[in-house]
Amino acid sequence: MKKNSPGGHDASHDDHSSHGTFRSYMTGFGLSVILTAIPFWLVMSGVLGSAQATSFLVMGFAIAQIVVHMIYFLHMDTKSEGGWTVMALIFTLVVVAITLSGSIWVMYHLNHNMMPMSAHDMSQIP
Amino acid sequence: MSTATTHLKNKADSSAFYMADEHDHAGGESTMLGFWLYIMSDCLIFAVLFATYGVLGGNYAAGPSPKDLFELPLVAVNTSMLLLSSVTYGFAMLAAQRNRAGQTQLWLAITVLFGLCFVGIELFEFSHMIHEGATPMRSAFLSSFFTLVGTHGLHVSIGMIWIVTLMAQVGKYGLIPENRRRLMCLSMFWHFLDVIWIGVFTFVYLMGVLR
Repeated sequence: MKKNSPGGHDASHDDHSSHGTFRSYMTGFGLSVILTAIPFWLVMSGVLGSAQATSFLVMGFAIAQIVVHMIYFLHMDTKSEGGWTVMALIFTLVVVAITLSGSIWVMYHLNHNMMPMSAHDMSQIP
Repeated sequence: MSTATTHLKNKADSSAFYMADEHDHAGGESTMLGFWLYIMSDCLIFAVLFATYGVLGGNYAAGPSPKDLFELPLVAVNTSMLLLSSVTYGFAMLAAQRNRAGQTQLWLAITVLFGLCFVGIELFEFSHMIHEGATPMRSAFLSSFFTLVGTHGLHVSIGMIWIVTLMAQVGKYGLIPENRRRLMCLSMFWHFLDVIWIGVFTFVYLMGVLR
């Protein structure tokens, strides 16, 4: 029986967040190995043929592995610190999403509008 | 111990109201949440660096592209080093839970070894690239690449200094509550770096080679 039983959640201050067990670390490790090996294999062997399909699949594996790490290594749950860790995480994810998608979106259009002219356009310049 | 008693005495000397107010806050109760907030802000630093790489990653300035530079087998070895170090850190935490100071130190030492392998392989890769003329000054792609991957490597290096410090702390004072709290913070930091590396090897290396 581990210390992290609900009954053990008293005032003792070194027991306020859920700890991992040997089994949970090994589960996380096994899943991580699988979720790392598959994308590397997909890219290195090029079995899918289409680069775009491979990219999407590889991104999916990355997100899955990040979730695995959060659960099995960082021991995230909705109850720790009265839910504030999850709130901070959600806030961060929103800011990260805005930063990433916003930067790439804006800069893509900027690049598009500042694109060097083609030879044909160039010849039209008076 | 003596500081704790003087602290208590000071509290008793001051008003009883103050003491009642402070009663709920046992040593470092809010440290974990505070450290989590630091991790989240660190996450934002990496998000900005990822965004920079996302914007500039295609500007090769007629220089080498990811396909010419990246060696995926080496990156796979590097990834496994960091993943193994994450698991060995987990074993250090398990040993700390069972009150085995020596075992905790041993697993921390193994974690540092894997961390050293990771940073060593990364530095080897960097020096190899720079030797081929792919310096950070070569193109916007390489500037953003070295900034993103270098910042991660710097975090891992600082994490290793922290691990060695805690090994010394545990050796000197044992698994006291303060050291357990520090081990928990470092655990979050170390696993967080592994999470960031998932993003790095996916977005920079794998998708760079696909581009």
